[in-house]
Amino acid sequence: MGALTRAEALVGAVPPVRRRMTAAALSFGILAVAACALAPLVGSTPIDVRRAWDPSIAFSDNVDAQIFFVARLPRVLSAALVGSSLAAAGVVFQALLRNPLATPFTLGVSAGAALGAMLAITLGVTFAIGPLGTVPLASFVGSLAAVCIVYLLATARHRGFSTNVMLLAGVTLNAFFSALILFLQYFADATQTMRTVRWLMGDLDVASYGPILAALPLIAIAIVTFAWLARALNLLVLGPEQAEARGIDVLRAQRIAFVSASLATGAAVSVGGPIGFVGIVVPHLVRLLVGSDHRVLLPSASLFGGTFLIACDLVSRTVMAPLELPVGIVTAVIGGPFFLWLLISRGAGGSGQ
Amino acid sequence: MQVPAGAIVGILGPNGSGKTTLLKLLAGVLRPDSGTIHLDDHDLRSMPRSALATRLAMVPQETHPAFDYTVLEMVLMGRYAHLGAFELEGPNDLRVARECMEATGTSLLEDRYFHTLSGGEKQRVAIASALAQATDLMLLDEPSSSLDLRYQLEVADLLQRLNRQRGATLVLSTHDLNFAASICDSLLLIREGSVLASGPPRDVLTSDHIRALYGVEADVQEHPRAGHLTVVPIRPAGDSDESPPRWVH
Repeated sequence: MGALTRAEALVGAVPPVRRRMTAAALSFGILAVAACALAPLVGSTPIDVRRAWDPSIAFSDNVDAQIFFVARLPRVLSAALVGSSLAAAGVVFQALLRNPLATPFTLGVSAGAALGAMLAITLGVTFAIGPLGTVPLASFVGSLAAVCIVYLLATARHRGFSTNVMLLAGVTLNAFFSALILFLQYFADATQTMRTVRWLMGDLDVASYGPILAALPLIAIAIVTFAWLARALNLLVLGPEQAEARGIDVLRAQRIAFVSASLATGAAVSVGGPIGFVGIVVPHLVRLLVGSDHRVLLPSASLFGGTFLIACDLVSRTVMAPLELPVGIVTAVIGGPFFLWLLISRGAGGSGQ
Repeated sequence: MQVPAGAIVGILGPNGSGKTTLLKLLAGVLRPDSGTIHLDDHDLRSMPRSALATRLAMVPQETHPAFDYTVLEMVLMGRYAHLGAFELEGPNDLRVARECMEATGTSLLEDRYFHTLSGGEKQRVAIASALAQATDLMLLDEPSSSLDLRYQLEVADLLQRLNRQRGATLVLSTHDLNFAASICDSLLLIREGSVLASGPPRDVLTSDHIRALYGVEADVQEHPRAGHLTVVPIRPAGDSDESPPRWVH
């Protein structure tokens, strides 16, 4: 008896959140690193890894290295970055609106970001704040505008969103922003239109490290903010008044969370376009695995979101090779039915209350 | 209105009389339109939320997490008020949480998901979580409303123990006059947002007050075995004046 109870006491002495954070970070982290390392090896053209990594061959003569480092690695890294940002933003929106169907895509925040980016590209404006470039900033402004509308709707209706209102608001915002995007395209020239159509479907064919580096500072700010917010999100899931009674300044926490989630969305969209359904599939699956404590859920969903989008992109690159599909098509084919299933299984009137 | 330290104060009143609103005001969740609320010598409005949460805890009428937590996770949330910005719960927090679960009889539920619990179990977990906040003042909104008879008595017993052993000051709202009479040192009777009477149960729990408060004729008697006042509602007040009972001719 003694040994067992002592072992139990030892295991029980540390709150499970520490163990679970470590376990989740390790397992999802290893998965994500493995995906980043292996995905560039797969594609329509087979490559020799050893040759690609061989520094003795000049880069200009080394086709394997060119495919690995120029064609594929940026694409895989951008998938990792975009996937993790969208998944984390999804988790944050779901906690804020207390509804598992809330995502950057369904709320129209992604479309707002896309409009912002399109405006900057079409009008040809350039501005920068420090290391932050035009397109990421413009899509952040777009997503922030969309989030403000969502926030006003959520707070105007006192007790938060019902699922119905939330979905209707999302559909409306998406339609509205899409119309404006079409309006902009109408004035763009043909080749530009072709490129933006692909991008608007959700495409990770970045072809350089530029967009990744441009979006990275925004995503870094968002992720640090998420880590700081994790505990407040746990309490917000119980409801604003309970969060307040446990020491959270709810209004401030909600505003910071909305802004940082739109930061992550804007940065992700500036790289890959409005890729849908990552923010709903990944948080839901990861929640089933690790539970709802946001200090475990947020890092797990971020890491797994990256892995998930790398895998989807792998499918989009290979399923019709040598043709490369926009990855948004793959995530929609997976995510659309998933979303419907979630909607049906929760019941039509279900809300987070 | 004053709540002395170490007291159990009950707020009584009909539906819509402002019991929950008063509790939320006391908790600082709502801001008063006029007047001020002081905790010791500090105006509630001038205290930051995080500081307030280490002084007073609130048990809401019902808890509906939008996503599911385990009982231990729920109880540990009571410790958040004592942690730094990025700090995780330590062994001491776990010890406090386990103590609170022990005190509320929820230890065996530790790994269960909150959604799978019965109403009475949820109520006790909510109390455990507020208890883990380690405050000397606790506000409870109808703590016995969703409980069956046995759990009502158990919660009454639990609250009395907390009060006596830990010196916790309790302010609770309730519809259950016998529950209030059994544990409260002092009662506050409110109707349409204003105070009808306040004082020890023996002074304010009278037939007249109950008629004024709920429109109900009731007998109030000292019950020798229970050791407190008991209220037996007889009929809605006013009926006998308007239409005499039919069997009287």
